[in-house]
Amino acid sequence: MIEVEDIYFTYPNGVEALKGVSLTIRNGEFVAIMGQNGAGKTTLVKHFNGLLRPNKGKVLVDGVETTKVSVATLSRNVGFVFQNPDHQLFSETVEQEIAFGLRNFGFKENVIKRRVTWALNLLGLAQYRKTSPFMLSGGERKRVALASVLAWNPKILILDEPTIGQDYQQKEKLRQFILQMKAQRKTTLIVTHDVEFVAECNPRVLLMQDGKIVADGEAIRVLTDPDVLTQASIVPPQVSQIFLQLSDIEAPKNVIDIYEARKILLNILEKRPNERF
Amino acid sequence: MAVIETKNLTYTYPGGTKPSIRDVSIKIGKGEFALITGPSGCGKTTLCRCFNGLIPHFYQGELKGEISVAELNVTEHQIYELAKHVGLVFQNPENQLFALSVEKDVAFGLENLGVPREEMRKRVDWALNLTGIYDLRERAPYELSGGQQQRVAIASVLAMQPEVIVLDEPTSFLDPLSAKKIFEVIHELNRRLGVTVVLVEHRLDLTARYADHIVIMDEGKIVLDGGPREILNSEEARLIGVGIPKATRLYQMLEKDGMKLGNTIPLSSDELATLLKEVLKA
Repeated sequence: MIEVEDIYFTYPNGVEALKGVSLTIRNGEFVAIMGQNGAGKTTLVKHFNGLLRPNKGKVLVDGVETTKVSVATLSRNVGFVFQNPDHQLFSETVEQEIAFGLRNFGFKENVIKRRVTWALNLLGLAQYRKTSPFMLSGGERKRVALASVLAWNPKILILDEPTIGQDYQQKEKLRQFILQMKAQRKTTLIVTHDVEFVAECNPRVLLMQDGKIVADGEAIRVLTDPDVLTQASIVPPQVSQIFLQLSDIEAPKNVIDIYEARKILLNILEKRPNERF
Repeated sequence: MAVIETKNLTYTYPGGTKPSIRDVSIKIGKGEFALITGPSGCGKTTLCRCFNGLIPHFYQGELKGEISVAELNVTEHQIYELAKHVGLVFQNPENQLFALSVEKDVAFGLENLGVPREEMRKRVDWALNLTGIYDLRERAPYELSGGQQQRVAIASVLAMQPEVIVLDEPTSFLDPLSAKKIFEVIHELNRRLGVTVVLVEHRLDLTARYADHIVIMDEGKIVLDGGPREILNSEEARLIGVGIPKATRLYQMLEKDGMKLGNTIPLSSDELATLLKEVLKA
């Protein structure tokens, strides 16, 4: 569980990135943190593994205040995957990269071997076991960074922009994986601009603007509220955009799922028997 | 007239065991807005690196087949010659920014071309304004956010006013609204000044509407090449697993259910909403 109590954070250059944020994230939740560039999203999640400490207020992870433990201790439970994979990759081969964290946490060699293979397969990287991460494409490097964190099986997973450079199939795999995390009562937090991905997953959405949380609720509610979206400069998902434009037809407004959309539109049409059907 | 033309282009990175692109033959016409997409690792970035000569001159490796850009044979002309005609915005902005201020980074290419000072001033300000970073001009690029760095990278290429702009996932770190504004600026340059645009993107929901040519790659090869409406509506595109825009997908599903929405395949939510209003109005 993550508890955030009225935190403030100002960077050394004077930028006030967080201006009073409070929230609770329970075990097993899947949360997407959204908002414009500079809204404070990455700053907020960096508080969850102790990379940043609040100037005021406090952050508790599983009941322990982050200022009281080291980042190294926290990271055993809180895995963090950066936005830019090049900020975290450095090993000579993909295999070594994934094994690195496991070695640091003192796992036995046979466990390391098994976990590395598991992570390689999970993220479709098995063919690159002996390849240098720097020979891979941007999207593949992103997956190596993710694999290296998943390998040590943290209880809380924080992914900063996990869908960047990922194609449709990779995104679908990521979605399946997060659902699995949820089933195991593990927590996943993603920081993302990818409204279409969020629309497909329907997680809890925290919408940030100017260092504060301006909306907190199910994606289907937050991403279909035109006032909230305009305020936070978010472009709604395509399905929601379509339904927001159909206001003079008796269609509901809160639709983000494409299959739901199809059902609703067909129902409307069936009520008009003599139309072009 | 084709401004980029390749014939049976095949390329293997040094030390690579198999080619990253294979037998690629494409033509991108002058003034086109071309979109290149396909699964991660399919060779999109590698192909872009051929367009401005980074392949083969910088990366070396083995290049076979033919490639010409702006009527220059890429293998026979150096990167600095090609740079006058083709600007490349990299996937990772950190790989292309190095100056001590944003302004200097944007001016760098122009200095190299020997553009007169007055003209340089004008073009730098123009590019900074277009990309919305005029206020950041004195800042150091390395202290900016990923999204801001991407704007700087785009500005530095726009300032050169090349005939061809190649952008490799140029807005991946930007929020959707900022990304949309950048794509609109690029689309405007394409429409008004006839700049040829080659855009590599996965997010077709955001970008398909601007394209008049789409190329889909898979495992180093071109698998589909043509107009965006026909291609994105095809069964093949869906099976390769590219992210068909939701509006196009919904249109396909409704047509299959027997709803007649007309023959213009929508690429954006606005286009589909218009078709739906027509059919559903009481």
